[in-house]
Amino acid sequence: MESRFRVLFLALPIVLFGATGCAATKNLFGWGDKSAPPPTEVTDEQVVDPEVERREVKEPEIDTEDFEISAFAGIMSIEDFGSDAVYGVRLAYHVTEGFFVEGAVGLTTAGLTSFEILSGGAPILSDSERDLTYYSLNVGYNILPGEAFIGQARAYNTGLYLTAGLGSTEFAGDDRFSVNFGAGYRFVLTDSIAIHLNFRDHLYDIDVLGEEKTVHNLEGTLGLSVFF
Amino acid sequence: MSELNITIILSTPRSIRFLLIAVFAFMATTTIPKLALAADEYRTVSVADPYLEMHTGPGRGYPRFHVVDRGNSVEILKRRTDWFLVRTEKGKEGWVSKEQMELTLQRDGSQISFGHANLEDFTNSKWETGLLAGDFGGANIISAYGGYSLNPHVAVEVWGSQILGNFSNGWMASVNVVHETWPDWRISPFITLGAGVIHTEPKSTIVQGEDRTDQVAHAGAGFRVYATRRFILRAEFKSYVVFTSRDENEEVEEWKVGFAFFF
Repeated sequence: MESRFRVLFLALPIVLFGATGCAATKNLFGWGDKSAPPPTEVTDEQVVDPEVERREVKEPEIDTEDFEISAFAGIMSIEDFGSDAVYGVRLAYHVTEGFFVEGAVGLTTAGLTSFEILSGGAPILSDSERDLTYYSLNVGYNILPGEAFIGQARAYNTGLYLTAGLGSTEFAGDDRFSVNFGAGYRFVLTDSIAIHLNFRDHLYDIDVLGEEKTVHNLEGTLGLSVFF
Repeated sequence: MSELNITIILSTPRSIRFLLIAVFAFMATTTIPKLALAADEYRTVSVADPYLEMHTGPGRGYPRFHVVDRGNSVEILKRRTDWFLVRTEKGKEGWVSKEQMELTLQRDGSQISFGHANLEDFTNSKWETGLLAGDFGGANIISAYGGYSLNPHVAVEVWGSQILGNFSNGWMASVNVVHETWPDWRISPFITLGAGVIHTEPKSTIVQGEDRTDQVAHAGAGFRVYATRRFILRAEFKSYVVFTSRDENEEVEEWKVGFAFFF
């Protein structure tokens, strides 16, 4: 098995150099001459200026606000362990008017299982093991953009979006691979500030209560975001 | 070959958590100066098309509520994806699509063109960062990487991964070199070679086992696909050798897909 690897490791550089052809390998690692020598011929002809100069507007000249950061708080139910307050932050990057990618971190604390309450016996988890921390990396799609009206004179942009993603949840002494999906409602207060209402289901496998099972942890949060 | 029970998981989350919070905090502070952007920094353009349509929101579905006639000028306040928030001379604000904005003229009469990443930037960009997830010898793996291109063909990458398995958790850090034979293709294949360290620890419900930190080497291949703007889709396979302190080395196969940005 090891010899197979040795062969593989030896073969790769050969393929790497061979694939580009001998001529190309000279510049492969940025060594050697970068380009052909400049033409030495000088002509008296005046280079004609193009009549219309198409000027490129560089990014910093226009304030581009594709990122959105939000802080949120709400309630998260941990299956078998009751519900408690959850809070966290999210950072989204809007790739197009429809799609965005997002990273989120949330913290909550598990309560007692009904068994622990009824039996009055020793707790299943220590206090530190009851802290639940998750991070998730998600993709979102603005499925129903729209407007909401308050009274006759005010209109606000809104949007219903769907999210799905994966991440890790630290709970009961271990990190657990997690997936989540959900939906959110964005209420845009000003051009830069929005309110978010989010519902998500976080799933992972856990065997703390005897047998391995997939649990659903429902989370409902309200958040405030700023575009930048 | 011995079955790998690498499964990993993790004891790093606490530090990762603080790192993430620090990143978010930093990003929050960088927004504040932008809020104080002075009015004279806005760009003014004049309408060259018969009219400029202003929408109520930054999206195709939002209704047009105002048009600006040819010859009038508007200020560009901000951009979001491919939409621009503009203000007319009379103070009306609305969103205009990028296609229409490109038909406006600058004060000096020159045509305007907005910077937009394209396939050429995909080939020649220097920096790249992304997130991938997949299967690592039966365990789940979530990875983040940053890369720097020495030239269009060769890049150096640094990876950090969290491995989440049924019996153990862990993390892995590695450095690798990537070679692309045809970097100008929209779907660009690459091969890669690298080395790093892997740390594994059994889950708390597993009685036996001990924490281990071992060196790894890997070889792999995959595709980078230019999607849109600065967005890349990436899929790859890597074969790892874990140099254990026991008699036999372990081999692990990894499959991952994800997305990345270049800049």
